[in-house]
Amino acid sequence: MPIDQTPAQPSGLTRDQAQTGPLIQAQNVSRQYRLGEAVISAVNGVSLEIRAGEFVALLGSSGSGKSTLLNLLAGLDRPTSGAIHVGGRNLAAIDSVELARYRRDTVGMVFQSFNLLPRMTLEENVELPLRLAEVDRGEREARVIAALEHVRLGARRRHRPGELSGGEQQRGALARALVNRPSILFADEPTGNLDSVNGEQILLLLREIQSTLGMTIIMVTHERPLAERFANRIVVLSDGRLVSDTAQAPEYVGAGHQLSLPSGAKS
Amino acid sequence: MKGRDLTELAFRNLREAILRNSLTTLGVAVGVASLVAMLSLGVGLQTLASQRLNKSGLFDAVFVSSKRGMRFMGGDGPRPTTKKNAPNPGDAKVLDEPSRQDMAKLPNVVEVYPQVRFLAEVRMNGGSYSTNVLGLPDSDRANGTFDGITGKAFSSATADEAILQSEFAKELSPLPASLIGKELILRYARRHETSSAEVANEKDIDQQMDDMMSGGISIVSQDKKLRIAGILDTDPSAGFGGGGRVFIPLRVAENLQPAQPNDVQELVRTRGSTKPAYMQLTVRVKSPKDVLKVEEAIKKMGFNTFSLLDATRNLRLIFTVFDLFLGLFGSLALTVASLGIINTLVMAILERRREIGVLKALGATDRDVRSLFFAEAGAMGLVGGISGVALGWLIGAALTWGTSIYLRRQDLPGVKISYVPWWLALGAIAFAVVVSLLAGLYPAGRAARLNPVEALRYE
Repeated sequence: MPIDQTPAQPSGLTRDQAQTGPLIQAQNVSRQYRLGEAVISAVNGVSLEIRAGEFVALLGSSGSGKSTLLNLLAGLDRPTSGAIHVGGRNLAAIDSVELARYRRDTVGMVFQSFNLLPRMTLEENVELPLRLAEVDRGEREARVIAALEHVRLGARRRHRPGELSGGEQQRGALARALVNRPSILFADEPTGNLDSVNGEQILLLLREIQSTLGMTIIMVTHERPLAERFANRIVVLSDGRLVSDTAQAPEYVGAGHQLSLPSGAKS
Repeated sequence: MKGRDLTELAFRNLREAILRNSLTTLGVAVGVASLVAMLSLGVGLQTLASQRLNKSGLFDAVFVSSKRGMRFMGGDGPRPTTKKNAPNPGDAKVLDEPSRQDMAKLPNVVEVYPQVRFLAEVRMNGGSYSTNVLGLPDSDRANGTFDGITGKAFSSATADEAILQSEFAKELSPLPASLIGKELILRYARRHETSSAEVANEKDIDQQMDDMMSGGISIVSQDKKLRIAGILDTDPSAGFGGGGRVFIPLRVAENLQPAQPNDVQELVRTRGSTKPAYMQLTVRVKSPKDVLKVEEAIKKMGFNTFSLLDATRNLRLIFTVFDLFLGLFGSLALTVASLGIINTLVMAILERRREIGVLKALGATDRDVRSLFFAEAGAMGLVGGISGVALGWLIGAALTWGTSIYLRRQDLPGVKISYVPWWLALGAIAFAVVVSLLAGLYPAGRAARLNPVEALRYE
């Protein structure tokens, strides 16, 4: 069940929408793929409501459909059937330009493999969403620096991804996801390519962002202990179906906790 | 995405795969260079031919003769166009000084001048050399007739100066250039009108009676001192109407009053009238487009006319077809280069599949992705086009240089056979950009259509 929480007003949404109804409403969503003659159901009739400010962990084994569901909710893919309403818009029905605008203005994404563009410096990577959103040049630099400072990477802004550690790259990717001030942050196995220490630091950051900015976070993971430590709600998928949806009090309590991330140091 | 961001990203992406993109751009440059070199050759040859023909004064000129003449005098010149029902030659209008004045008053007429050509003997260094002397109009000093002259053109329209044709100069001296500034003596036959009084002293009464009716001319030998101003390789008359080997200012030539081949013919026809009549007049007009109107007006005055307007039209047609073929061959290389662009961009899509996925995940629209690839193709076209024009110009310059060396070895003057006008340079760059954009059409469309989920999954 959704956890009752009063979030900050997400961008692109009215105060009423943010405070009263669910932020995300997936209704009987299915996604099928054709593989030669066979039809594979990656997501099968999933219905889900997520309120603004929640930290939801989508849990499941490999091939359970959790990443497919995340892609559908993030507007990277469209469902074969069903509807996904976000802030009053049905992602299944809007055109590709509007869907791109949704990804640009409402959504921030973090991937397992970081996906920073290797040819660009960290600050250029973080600036990309601002270029796409046609933000004025004068404003961009300040926002890039603020986002990088937020993830304690201010000193490494001119480095290329290849010169950064895995943890730093993921924090850089997080800065890129946050720079456009999205209302929902999607994280697809954000700790999958990191060691436990760096993985925990990323989740600490996510949790901090959720609690300080009131951002809604939807994270895919297959590590139940991590989900239980940081998420308010755990949604379990198996074979494309939703098998459990549990609200919980995370073991980690964010208030007053200080992250021990040295600014600009390799972690 | 804003245009400036798009351009920045495009050039950034091109810089990252610098070797491959440079090679592709070089392909475009070579294609454009071949196109520019081919067309510059066509334009150069056309310009050269036009200049040579313009120097001959054939295309902005109307040649006028009296309808009395059986044909134009002076060798293999063109025949006049005569109507079948032309008036009896005996009644036709005389091509005399008043007619010349009338023609000069016609609109768009720059100059009306007779052809003065006569046989003479050049005396110099104790030798004598028979030759043709041709009077050149003053307008020749401004229209490039004397380009490439050794020495100088006539200092004025009435200067007692001569310009020698180079072959003739070689006959006079083994070192022709040393002749410049020296004096020569021109011995020629002067046309002298005989008055009735002179005749009366020498003839018997019967003859006096005849002479009173008809008058006459006598020919006297006369010398004229001229200073050699320059030596010219080319023939200013382009061989039209016979050409000459010694050139003098037309007004000087007229003042010499040399006996010309038609004097006897006119004397017989006019039964001894000594009123001078011109064999032929050349009416120079402002531009070739005025030729037709002036020609009509002169015909109405009762004279035969001839112009080479049709010849110009044919020349243009020939060169247009020539340029078209050169352009087609030049474009082949650019077509191959455009395949290079397609190949490079398709490879870039494969390599940057994941990047395209990331851009789309961050909110790039299909149009943003398409525009980015277009910008990259366009940038390759622009850079390739600019370097191609430079390369093509260099090839043209090298051709001109090589040809000039060859021509000089053959004792011929060097010529500029390649010419890159501004419209060719700009047109070639624009063409390269358009071809590159067309080449980018398919890769850009393919990149834009990529599914972001599949693109992100790509390793």
